[in-house]
Amino acid sequence: MSTYNVNEKGYYGDFGGAYIPEMLYPNVEELRQNYLEITSKDEFKKEFDQLLKDYVGRPTPLYFAERLSKKYNTKIYLKREDLCHTGAHKINNTIGQILLAKRLGKTRIIAETGAGQHGVATATVCALMGITCIVYMGELDIKRQAPNVARMKMLGAEVRPAQSGSKTLKDATNEAIRDWINNPVDTHYIIGSVVGPHPYPDMVARFQSVISEECKTQLQEAEGRDYPDHVIACVGGGSNAAGIYYHYLDDPRVNIIAVEAAGKGIDSGESAATSALGKEGIIHGSKTLLMQNPDGQITEPYSISAGLDYPGVGPMHAHLYRSQRAEFVSIPDQEAMDWGLSLSQMEGIIPAIETAHAFAILDERKFEPNDILLFNCSGRGDKDLETYIDYFKL
Amino acid sequence: MNRIQSLLEQDHKLLSIYFTAGFPQLEDTVSILKQLEASGVDMIELGLPFSDPLADGPTIQESSTQALKNGMTTDKLFDQLKDVRNHISVPLIVMGYFNPMMQYGVERFCQRCKEVGIDGLIIPDLPVNVYHEQYQALFQQYGLLNMFLITPQTPEARIRFIDEVSEGFIYMVSSAATTGAQNSFGDTQAEYFKRIGAMKLNAKLLVGFGISNAETYQAATAHSKGAIIGSAFIKHMESNGVASVKDFINQIR
Repeated sequence: MSTYNVNEKGYYGDFGGAYIPEMLYPNVEELRQNYLEITSKDEFKKEFDQLLKDYVGRPTPLYFAERLSKKYNTKIYLKREDLCHTGAHKINNTIGQILLAKRLGKTRIIAETGAGQHGVATATVCALMGITCIVYMGELDIKRQAPNVARMKMLGAEVRPAQSGSKTLKDATNEAIRDWINNPVDTHYIIGSVVGPHPYPDMVARFQSVISEECKTQLQEAEGRDYPDHVIACVGGGSNAAGIYYHYLDDPRVNIIAVEAAGKGIDSGESAATSALGKEGIIHGSKTLLMQNPDGQITEPYSISAGLDYPGVGPMHAHLYRSQRAEFVSIPDQEAMDWGLSLSQMEGIIPAIETAHAFAILDERKFEPNDILLFNCSGRGDKDLETYIDYFKL
Repeated sequence: MNRIQSLLEQDHKLLSIYFTAGFPQLEDTVSILKQLEASGVDMIELGLPFSDPLADGPTIQESSTQALKNGMTTDKLFDQLKDVRNHISVPLIVMGYFNPMMQYGVERFCQRCKEVGIDGLIIPDLPVNVYHEQYQALFQQYGLLNMFLITPQTPEARIRFIDEVSEGFIYMVSSAATTGAQNSFGDTQAEYFKRIGAMKLNAKLLVGFGISNAETYQAATAHSKGAIIGSAFIKHMESNGVASVKDFINQIR
């Protein structure tokens, strides 16, 4: 049976694989050989589920957004990942990876972060487990995201500035990879999205798949069927999207919609709409779609939301795009910001700016009154208050 | 026979120098090549700069960033090398990451390498199995050797596989590290050099990463065919200017 999930060689269609320097091979190979076996053990699942329940606060609610549904004359459900501990879905993955790292005997954790959400989620689980944590963050992002830097420090993590290249997320990722090359034995690298060399995209997608697993049960209860007509998520690297798509990837009844950040407009030169602007290439060890110049140099993306300005997408999403399994839409800053306000005032939910992008699909296309729309409300807007304040002169 | 293979047949120990093309100035490439040959180096690796060089430490990262700012591109490098074989006789290797080669078109890239007289490639992020399955035939068609890296952590079975696929030398990374100069090698490295030496591989070994002076060059070549210096050479050029290439080489051996 054809599947949109990963194959045994680590590819999603043409995309994925592990294009890594030989220095990383032992680390990545150790993970590849062990991740399925370890994570499928009952004792692992038990600890993972327990922490998701007691510590993260799962299952997160599936909320029927009544006012929004009425306004758009369709049925709109929000999966409330914004209610997770630390404010976003990111922690589902860091809990999974820290448990895996412990079982691999690792004593030191490294991570990359852009806006700081994944950094905070990593610092949190390291504090929980009493493990050393080093987070690489672009020098520019450290200046832009002071509250999250402070949170990581409070949680006991060391935040190291990435000073190379453009000094943002992609460079923080490069630095984390270099750290791993230099510390191949005791260190585990917790990647925050469905990017990087195989097995990372699959591993992170599996940890995030708890989102759609819960949706199936919750939709069954609410609607008498366990699938929506449309599942909608924002895509930067694509971890929240991978999580909410996961159990619907091979279900042809479900239309998949991915919303990317158009930034100041696709043709403005300041955008993060990888599906529209990217070409096939290699970034951070994965063959995928990425934004680059004609000479193959990776370019710096732009979005008002720091969580969407990654120059690539995970290989799963590249495949969903190329195979036309998913519909890709890109939304400019302004519409996303307006939706941040709309969702706040119509439903009393202040979303992360990343998340706000997804809702803009409601203005982009028409849905039927009986359609069930499942949105991933992936993160809350606390971290974005400063941007909202500046933008709306609050 | 490929120039690299002929060189590896010779009796003496080899010194190979890496530098980033287009650094410090865009048009320095050929001048540096000429000086290196005049200084008696045995082989030269030309770095094709990349925006995101994962396997490299700060020195080569910064030189790559600067080279790109200077305007270095894949086409530009081939233009600079157009007549290189009129002046340079030592083997030439292009070292670069795979994405720029993919965008150029791997076959077109190989073809241009052949035209200008490149003998081999080192592509740190093209894994040996992918090369073997998808690109080896193409590289052979254009007479290019592809060199692979091994590290202290590379499992023995994988080293054997790399040895089978290798037609040139094996690039032995001195320690678990990104590129960058070290002042000395410890017992761990000596042991590792011996261990690999004892495997009696078909391919000759050249040691790279962390070699910066006569001492590390000696230690590295005691159990190998030769050594590769990159970061230390780039640093030297930064401090002493492009005209001082010979001084650096003379202090190594």
